[in-house]
Amino acid sequence: MNLAHDLYVLLPELVLAVGAMVLLLIGAVRGDKSANAITILAVILIAVSAYLSMTIGDGSAFHGAFVMDSFARFSKAVILWSSAACVLLAHRFFDLEKNARFELPVLVIIASLGMSLMVSASNFIALYMGLELQSLALYVLAAFNRDSVRSSEAGLKYFLLGSLSSGMMLYGISLIYGFTGSLDFHVVAGIIGSAGVSTGLIFGLVFLLAGLAFKISAVPFHMWTPDVYEGAPTPITAYLATASKVASLAMVVRAVVVPFPGAFHQWQQIVVAISALSMALGAFAAIGQTNIKRLMAYSSIGHMGYALLGLAAGSPRGIQAVLFYLAFYSFTNIGIFACIQAMRRAGRAVEDIYDLAGLARTQPALAFAFSAMMLSLAGLPPVAGIVAKALIFLAALDAHLYALAIFGVLTSVVAAYYYLRIVKVIYFDEAAAPFDRTIGWSVGVIAAITTIMTFGFVIRIDVLFDYADLAARNLLK
Amino acid sequence: MSHLLSIIVFLPLVGATLILLLAMRGSKQAVAGNARWIALAFTIADFILTLVLWAKFDGTSAQFQFVEHAAWLTNGISYHMGVDGISMLFVVLTGLLMPFCILASWESIETRVAEYMVAFLVLETLMMGVFTSLDLFLFYLFFEGGLIPMFLIIGVWGGKRRVYASYKFFLYTLLGSVLMLLAILAMYLQTGTTDIETIINTAHFPVWMQTWMWLAFFASFAVKMPMWPVHTWLPDAHVEAPTAGSVILAGILLKMGGYGFLRFSLPMFASASVTFAPLVFVLSIVAIIATSLIALAQEDMKKLIAYSSVAHMGFVTMGIFSLTHQGIEGGIFQMLSHGVVSGALFLCVGVVYDRMHTREIAAYGGLVNRMPMYAACFMVFTLANVGLPGTGGFVGEFLTMLGAFIHNTWVAIFAATGVILSAAYALYLYWRVIFGELVKPALQTIKDLSLREVAILAPLVVITIAMGIYPKPIFDVTSASVANLVEQNHAAMAYGHPPSKVAALARGAGR
Repeated sequence: MNLAHDLYVLLPELVLAVGAMVLLLIGAVRGDKSANAITILAVILIAVSAYLSMTIGDGSAFHGAFVMDSFARFSKAVILWSSAACVLLAHRFFDLEKNARFELPVLVIIASLGMSLMVSASNFIALYMGLELQSLALYVLAAFNRDSVRSSEAGLKYFLLGSLSSGMMLYGISLIYGFTGSLDFHVVAGIIGSAGVSTGLIFGLVFLLAGLAFKISAVPFHMWTPDVYEGAPTPITAYLATASKVASLAMVVRAVVVPFPGAFHQWQQIVVAISALSMALGAFAAIGQTNIKRLMAYSSIGHMGYALLGLAAGSPRGIQAVLFYLAFYSFTNIGIFACIQAMRRAGRAVEDIYDLAGLARTQPALAFAFSAMMLSLAGLPPVAGIVAKALIFLAALDAHLYALAIFGVLTSVVAAYYYLRIVKVIYFDEAAAPFDRTIGWSVGVIAAITTIMTFGFVIRIDVLFDYADLAARNLLK
Repeated sequence: MSHLLSIIVFLPLVGATLILLLAMRGSKQAVAGNARWIALAFTIADFILTLVLWAKFDGTSAQFQFVEHAAWLTNGISYHMGVDGISMLFVVLTGLLMPFCILASWESIETRVAEYMVAFLVLETLMMGVFTSLDLFLFYLFFEGGLIPMFLIIGVWGGKRRVYASYKFFLYTLLGSVLMLLAILAMYLQTGTTDIETIINTAHFPVWMQTWMWLAFFASFAVKMPMWPVHTWLPDAHVEAPTAGSVILAGILLKMGGYGFLRFSLPMFASASVTFAPLVFVLSIVAIIATSLIALAQEDMKKLIAYSSVAHMGFVTMGIFSLTHQGIEGGIFQMLSHGVVSGALFLCVGVVYDRMHTREIAAYGGLVNRMPMYAACFMVFTLANVGLPGTGGFVGEFLTMLGAFIHNTWVAIFAATGVILSAAYALYLYWRVIFGELVKPALQTIKDLSLREVAILAPLVVITIAMGIYPKPIFDVTSASVANLVEQNHAAMAYGHPPSKVAALARGAGR
C-alpha cells in the first residue's frame, strides 16, 4: 500500500474534509456575520472537489475499500452539483428568514463528503461510514430551523427512523460478513461465485436492502419522507430530495450489483417488489396532497420506484438508465425546489398548492419554469423526463420485466394527474395575490438553468447518455 | 439535402418566440395586437411553404421525399424527417387550417391573447412534426408533446367545464400513448433502430410480438381517432374547447390516429392487422351506427358535430383495414375532407356562438331570414358532412365503402345505413337552426357574416366543392404510396419466416 497514492485518489474528498474544518474555524472565530463569505467559499470548495473528481484517473485506495471509477465520477458530478445549488438556495432562504448561520454550508459540505464516500465505497465498512457521516449531517440540517416545532420534529423523526434503518443495515452487513468472511465487495462476490448462496447470506441481503430502502425512501420504508420533507426548511428538503437520494441510490446500485451478482435472482425479486410498490404509492398517495412539499415527497417515492426498475434489470443498460434517471431527477428537483422557495407572501413562506393559483398571470416566467419541470417529472415530451423514463422502460423490457414495465407506465399516467393539477392551478385558476418578488438572483439563475436544461436535455442527450453508459460498463466489468 | 421540412416544422416556433419577446413590454392592447398579426403572418407563411412542398412533391414515387437525416442519439435513433404520399397532404391540411384558427380567434379570444397564440404556434410545430418524422422516438415526442398545448388551450380558454374536459382529454390520450411507448421500446430492442423507413423495409416481427405491438399501437391510435368505445373524451373536449381548439381537434388531431394506422400498424404489423381487421370492422360499424343515433339526440351543436366526427372516423378505420387500395385511399381522402368539413362546421358554430354565446340548438331557428350568407355556407358544409356527391365528403365515403365491399359485403351494408343516419342528424340540425320563422326575440338583431368571417368560410366552401368535383390532385399524390403500402402489407404477409435480427442491416442502411 502506497499512502501517497491512496491520498491522491482520495484528493476530492480530502479537499472537502479539510475545507469543512477550515470553514468551521473561520465561522467559529468570525461568527454569523461571516455566513456570506463561508457560503461563497463552500461553493468554491465543492467546485474544486468536483473538478478534481473529474480529472483524477481511475484508481482504488486503502486495499480497495475506496474506488474511483466512472460510476463514482458520474454520481459525484450529480451530487456535487446538487450540493452547490442547495448551498446557494439555503443562503437566500435563511437570509430572508433572518436566520443566516455559518454552520449550514459547513454541514452541507460534510454531508457531501459523506455522499462522495458512499458512492466510492467498495467495502461494507467504508460504505457504512460514508452513510453515517452523511446522515448525521442531514439530521442536523433537517432540524436547522431550531425555533420551529415542525423542523425540530422533522429532524427528530429523521434521526430516529434513520438510526433504526442504519441498525438494520449493520445487522445485515454482519450477517453477510459472518457467512462470507469478508467485507470487500469483490471478495464477497468471489465467495458467492464459488460457494453459492446460503440462507444466512440471503437474510443478510434482505436486512441490507431494507436498510438501504429506508435511505432512498422506497416503499415499505418510506413513511418518514412526507413528514421530514414538509418539516425541513425548503432548501434542505431540496438537498434531501436530490443529493441524498442520488448518493443513496448510487450506493445501493454498487452495493447490490458488485458483491451479489451470484445472488441476482434473489435480490431482483426484492427490488422488483419495492419498485412496484413505490411506483404505486408515489402515484396514488400524492393525489390527495395539498402541501407542495408533501406532494414532492410522494413524487420522490414514486421516482425512486422508477429508478429501482432500472436496477431490477441488473444489466449495463439498466444501470445506465438508473444513472441517467438520477441526473434528470436531481436537476429537475433542484429547479422545482428553487421555484417552491420563491413562494413567499408578505415575508412568509407559503406551501399550499392553491397558493400557486393563477401564477401564470402574476409571474409568467416562474409559472412557466414550474410547469415545465412538473411536466418533465410527469414524463411528458418534449421535456427531459420522457427520455429518462424511456431508458428505464427500455432496460426493463430488455430484462423481460414486461409486467413491471406495463405497471410502471400505468402508474406514470396516474402520477401525471397530480403533476397536471399543479399546471392546472398555475394556468387555469383565478389569480391569487402575487408572491413577494424576493426570489434573489442566485435562486433565479438556478431556476433558469434548470428550466433550460429541462428543454435542452432532449436535444443533447447523447453526451450524458455516453457518460452514463461508460459508468455502467465500468461498474459491471 | 433540402431543409424545407424542418423549416415548415419549426417556423411556427420562431413565431412563438417572437411573440414572447414582444410580449415583454408594451401595453396589453399592443401585445395582443402584435400577437395576432405575428401568428397570422407565420401561419400563412407556413401554409405557403406547405404549398411549395406540394408543388415540388413527386407523386409518381412512393419513396420518402424531402428527406433530412442528422445524427441525434446513439444506436439508431436519429433526426430523420421526410414525407410520402400518405403524410404529405396532412402537412398541407395542417398548414391550411391554422390561419383559419388564428382568424377565428381574432375577436373571440380577449384574455391572454399572446399566450393563446403561442400555444397555437407551438401546437402547429408539434402537429407538423408528427406527420413528417421518420423516427419512432421523434414521432413519439411530437405525438405526445401535442397534448400539452391542447390541454392548456382547452383548460385556459375553454367553457364552463373546461377543467374536467381538459383532464379527460389528457389522461385518456396519455394512457393510450404510454402503451405505445412500450411497444416502440420493444421494437427498438428487437431491431436496434427506431428508424421508421428501415423498420418497414427490413424488419419482420414474429407473429406473437406483432399481436402485442399492434394492440399497444391500437390503444394509442384508437383513443386518438377516436373509435368507439374510447371516444367519450371527444364530445367533452369539443364542447369545452374554444372554436379554434375544436377545429384543430377535429381537423388535425383526430387524423393522427388514422395516420398512425397507415404508417405503423399496416406495414409493420401486417399479419396482426389482418388478424384484428374483423375487430376494427365491428368497432367501426358500431361507431358509425351508434354515434350517429347519439348525434340525433343531441341538444348542443358542438356535441352533435363531435359525435358525427366519431361516425366519420368509423368510415376511415373501416376503409384502412379493408386493406385494399380503394379503401385506404378512401380513408385518406375521408380524413382530409373531414378535416376541412368538420373544421368548417365548428367555425360555423363559432360564428353564431360569438354572437349569442350559446350552443343550444333550441336557442336558434330561422337564421336564414337574417343571415342568408351564413345559411348558404352552413348548407355546403352540412351537405358535405352528409356525403352528398359533388362535395368532398362523398368521395371518401364512397371509396371506403367500396373497399369494405371488396373485403366483406356485410360490413359495407351496415356502413351504408350510417350514411342515411348521417343525413338524418345533419339535416335535422340544419333545419332546426336555419329554417323556420325567426321568432326568438334575441335573434331579431343578429348580423350576417362579417368580412373576416367571409374570409374564413369562403375559401373552405371552395375547397370542399373542389375536392368533390376534382379530387384528382389528391389521388395523384396518394396513389403511388398507397399502392406501395398495400404491396408492403402483402409482402409482409407472405413473409412467414421467423424474424431476422436486422440490427446489422439497420446499421448498414442507416447512414
